[in-house]
Amino acid sequence: MSQGKIKTIDEKFGAIFAEAQRRKNEREAKPVPKIHIGLATCGIAAGAMETKASFEESLAQRGIDAQIHPVGCIGHCYAEPWVIIENTEMGFPPIFYPKVTAGKAKMLTKLYLEEGDPRLEHILGAMEENEMIPTVWEFSRFSEEKRIVMNLCGKIDPDDIYEYIAEEGYVSWAKALKGTPEELLNLVKDSGLRGRGGAGFPTGTKWEIAAKHDSSKKIVICNADEGDPGAYMDRTILESNPHQVLEGLALSAYAIGADTAFIYVRSEYPLAVKTIQKAISQAEEAGLIGKDILGSGFDLEIKIFQGSGAFVCGEETALILSMEGFRGMPYPRPPYPAETGLQGVPTVINNVKTLALVPPIVKNGVSWFRQIGTENSPGTAIFSVVGNVTHPGLVEIPMGISLRSLIFKICGGIPDKKKFKAAQIGGPSGGCLPEEFLDIPIDFDSLIEAGAMIGSGGMVVLDEDTCMVDVSRYFLDFTQKESCGKCTFCRIGTWHLLSILQRLTIGEGKEGDLEKLEQLSRDIKEGSLCGLGKTAPNPVLTSLKYFREEYEAHIKEGRCPAASCRPLTAFYIDLDKCARGCDACVGCCPVDAVFTTSNRKKGIDQDLCIKCGECKVHCPPDYNAIFKISPPHLAPVIERPKEEKETS
Amino acid sequence: MVKILVDNKHIEAEDGANLLQTCLDNDIYIPNLCYLNDGQIPFAGCRLCYVQINGKPVASCTQKVAEGLEVQTDTPEVRSLQKAAFRLLLSVHDIKCKECPANKRCELQRIGKFLKVGLKVKGLEVRLKDPGLDSGHPYLLIDQNRCVLCGKCVRVCQKKHGHSYLTFAKRGFETVISAYRQPEESPLNFSECTACIDICPVRALLLKDV
Repeated sequence: MSQGKIKTIDEKFGAIFAEAQRRKNEREAKPVPKIHIGLATCGIAAGAMETKASFEESLAQRGIDAQIHPVGCIGHCYAEPWVIIENTEMGFPPIFYPKVTAGKAKMLTKLYLEEGDPRLEHILGAMEENEMIPTVWEFSRFSEEKRIVMNLCGKIDPDDIYEYIAEEGYVSWAKALKGTPEELLNLVKDSGLRGRGGAGFPTGTKWEIAAKHDSSKKIVICNADEGDPGAYMDRTILESNPHQVLEGLALSAYAIGADTAFIYVRSEYPLAVKTIQKAISQAEEAGLIGKDILGSGFDLEIKIFQGSGAFVCGEETALILSMEGFRGMPYPRPPYPAETGLQGVPTVINNVKTLALVPPIVKNGVSWFRQIGTENSPGTAIFSVVGNVTHPGLVEIPMGISLRSLIFKICGGIPDKKKFKAAQIGGPSGGCLPEEFLDIPIDFDSLIEAGAMIGSGGMVVLDEDTCMVDVSRYFLDFTQKESCGKCTFCRIGTWHLLSILQRLTIGEGKEGDLEKLEQLSRDIKEGSLCGLGKTAPNPVLTSLKYFREEYEAHIKEGRCPAASCRPLTAFYIDLDKCARGCDACVGCCPVDAVFTTSNRKKGIDQDLCIKCGECKVHCPPDYNAIFKISPPHLAPVIERPKEEKETS
Repeated sequence: MVKILVDNKHIEAEDGANLLQTCLDNDIYIPNLCYLNDGQIPFAGCRLCYVQINGKPVASCTQKVAEGLEVQTDTPEVRSLQKAAFRLLLSVHDIKCKECPANKRCELQRIGKFLKVGLKVKGLEVRLKDPGLDSGHPYLLIDQNRCVLCGKCVRVCQKKHGHSYLTFAKRGFETVISAYRQPEESPLNFSECTACIDICPVRALLLKDV
């Protein structure tokens, strides 16, 4: 790169950066309260739009001048819809309010913004150190995280490129353009970055294969075909900070010499699609992508391709076929896409999180990145921790911390004093790990050794009331339905697994079923064509390994130890606890299965009961008279009194 | 040309040639249903053509020939995988050989005989599609309970016409071969081309009597 070009890049980017700073200062200097509202898909689903409308309405009513700042998602699902109110004029630090409904928004406008009372009983904490209000950083859900990818998620307006640039966005891009592609490639290689899409393949190595190829045309693709049940970090990142992904994608294009980039995103993510679309056109307008970027002579066009919601299209060969207009079915590798990919052109496909990690690496350097995480898995991992956990949501942690810290320290453990049973890690390709694995470090290799995998980063925490057979059935149902149908083992083998599991959960298991499950699982793992099939039996294999006695109880005793499989359970009423004359259970039973005994207590007609559990929920806690038991024949029989005489 | 060793038999083949094709050319039978010698990336769907290389089972259709390659076609691991795949295929196959037009020239019969596996599968639930016969096409009948989803029909049609008039449809266990149903949009003239019917290894595609 000539000195002249470097100067041009500096000048051009310097002007953009200065403009971003100017806008930021102007925004911050305005002496009005600022209300930041999380408006990503999850926030909207929780009612954030109503919250926003309510703020707007009550601000207008009271004639208060305030700035409503739409931001993305911070990943704290339990707090949705949330707002952060900056009211420095009244001398308060920025305060985080969880679960701000439309009504609460009205209340905060009146009591806090008008009258100056921040209503401390409604806060989660202050966002900055101060002398009056405890900060959220005293809460390990905040303090134990290490945010690199999600650092700006929930802080900036995803629809405004200048907000990203003001936080040193695209600085890495300008920096890389001043150097050679080889320098960038070597940097990523040295960083030890591994792909966050599941397999953990070294990113630099993948890039190098394509970079070395002498093809005049090369393509990079951002894989945002997030399909695992319970994983939603890619969507959140795209909706909350799309420019960090675009910047990473641009960097990957520069490193391998591609002039075309695609973002393969599911059409079921309409907000993400809209957000990226806007981000691309803003980046083009600013001259950060397009022709002769920042005067460097490098051209890059970024386009969106919308997938149609097939899980298997996250597999890179199927993704390529689907982009070419064919049915998304994986094909055998080699040839690897990095050699022959889309339209036969060398194609590098990286996950959203992988790409979003590249700009911080370029900006802060290899040694900074390597000191985070472990030696073989440097950096951070993002998990969507869901299920029976107190503070679910997206958590970005340094690799190497233990499962126990993630689940109990950061996410608050299991609610309702229930016991931890297992963590299902890595979605349908991952495995269920029981309590004895809580102290293993979270990194690519340790999890695989334990039988699970980081995979997409989905983590479902299961408590003692979860049936492991049913969990396996759930995941197999998913993989079976999402199998592309191409190869024998995945198409037919997973169906047989599912069919056996279904029989077990309704009490029709047979001697020899477990051996059959194991044999089929081994065959499918060994014989399938692509990653989907090869990993599909993992939930069965791990749960069989660690919870075999649960499977056996289903077969031998018709008993579901967690009392979760409906056909294997029954509800009954403990007459010693039941209160005379209380009709709570009678009123809520949707099928009139609850009857009144001769001494005005209640019984359940097992023939009519559909085991919905409504009665157990509605039985007043003072009595707590309704119990669930497995196998069903253990439920004490309460005779229904002889047909009451018709009263007219 | 390079030299490879298949079950102690020395074979000369072109460097980079397809291993399955090389074996078949040299009278070494390896069970297969979906392989087409068309120079394209192999379909690799039936999962029957396993061989063992360096102690590991490999689908031979996806393996290229290279100097010194040592291949075993008959090891316990290979046979176990082949039988497993074959039994899975049979568990969804309507076994009525006597009524079947493919009888005695059926690839499944051939593979069963080769692997010494009876066609009546034991220990696996048999699940047939209902209805099994897709007669939505004006000229073509597709017996979904005979079909092994090798996709040869789709690929041969694609090759001959530049666009396939047959396709895979649905997902997972429900996956089937489908002919586009609109008669007017189906310019297939079966007096000129019956490539799909001819190539079917199990006679799942038949011409209607019209």
